[in-house]
Amino acid sequence: MDLQSIIDTLELEVITQPKDFAGMFPTSGYTSDLLSCAMAGARKDGVWITLQSHDNIVAVAALLDLAAIIITEDARPEESTVARANSKNITLLCTSQPTFSIVGKLWEMGLRSE
Amino acid sequence: MDKKSDQELNITNQVTENITPAEELAYELHIEEVMSREILSLYPDMQMQEALEFFRTHHISGAPVISRDGDLIGVLSMEDLIRALRVTDLEAPVEKYMSVQLISVRGKDPVVEALKKFVTKSVGRLPVIDDAGNLIGILTKGDITRGLLKALQRDYQVEEVRRYRARHLFEDIVSDRTSLILRYNIKAHDFTRGGAASTNIKRALLRLGASPQLARRVGIAIYEAEMNLIIHTTYGGIIRVEIEPHQISIDVYDDGPGIKDVNLAMKPGYSTATEEVRELGFGAGMGLVNISRCVDQMKLESVLQKGTRLRLKIFLKQNEIVGEGYPANRENS
Repeated sequence: MDLQSIIDTLELEVITQPKDFAGMFPTSGYTSDLLSCAMAGARKDGVWITLQSHDNIVAVAALLDLAAIIITEDARPEESTVARANSKNITLLCTSQPTFSIVGKLWEMGLRSE
Repeated sequence: MDKKSDQELNITNQVTENITPAEELAYELHIEEVMSREILSLYPDMQMQEALEFFRTHHISGAPVISRDGDLIGVLSMEDLIRALRVTDLEAPVEKYMSVQLISVRGKDPVVEALKKFVTKSVGRLPVIDDAGNLIGILTKGDITRGLLKALQRDYQVEEVRRYRARHLFEDIVSDRTSLILRYNIKAHDFTRGGAASTNIKRALLRLGASPQLARRVGIAIYEAEMNLIIHTTYGGIIRVEIEPHQISIDVYDDGPGIKDVNLAMKPGYSTATEEVRELGFGAGMGLVNISRCVDQMKLESVLQKGTRLRLKIFLKQNEIVGEGYPANRENS
């Protein structure tokens, strides 16, 4: 499944620069609000679902080569964080939905932990 | 987003998928950077015969039509000429056959906007206008291809030169044992810079020719060490990375406050991070555990009130060597 259909189905808001999301295929999902857990558990080309929205999530995503971060429960990153994500080519997606719903829907769409 | 724009987006994505390496550039490049600035235009009262000659002498297959006041009023294409030829009506004025349904693009828009128009409107060329509506150029698919290729080549060359230089570092400099040392000063409690050093080290390794997996592994280990300096130290600390073709040695040290019980600190889930820091998502008690998973050798020493020193080593296998290895004793490395 491509990232564009994830964005459409889950009604996610793209807050970083648009990309060819239809040509990106996330291979797995991971969720935790603890950065070290994400560091250990999230996989390359995966999506990470968290309600953390501060600067350091960008570093985590860049180091792990994640496809995107889905930020839940209306947490909004600062503009400087968005700018940093753009410079590191990281995609940030926002939603008002809680993490549990997002993870449930992604699972229904066929995304697995690895 | 309404249905229509949804559809347009899908078509565009399909198109851009065919040119995936150029896709990002289609968003980055602006139309005015790739369009032709030399505008060959026709007047509405010119005869179709003249337009035909005009096309032939300039080797073009279409041109915008401009009023005597300079306003863009239409576009004439080869197809329009053929329509006139079919009914032998070449005496007619250009305005009779030109297309007046004006589809134009703005110079400041990204190239991807023009790609969308080319796909959905089936036109061969697009007039480019500025914010005031003045004609500033003409854009064909050929212009886009040329522009993208040029930009791709430019990007590629810059990164290639960097990689080439870095990769040959160990070969070009002759010594019995050459190494590259990177040093980063990490400030305490500077969360906004968190991850900067590890990201830079990861990029350095990629430029030196390390595999993405190796660069990621080293990046994760150093990120955790970097965050430890930011979260726990009194005055910050230093990360020193020594890169050799056969191994990477990482030395992270600070001058306090030191770890009370090193064995306890190594236990998964154990953390002394403050509530404030935990709210940011740190202090999972997994940092040192993550580090040990990423490296081949790990030594943690600490003296309370004095400081902490973490030494890590990653041994590179033959297929992972950084740079091109030592030229003289490659077998031994």
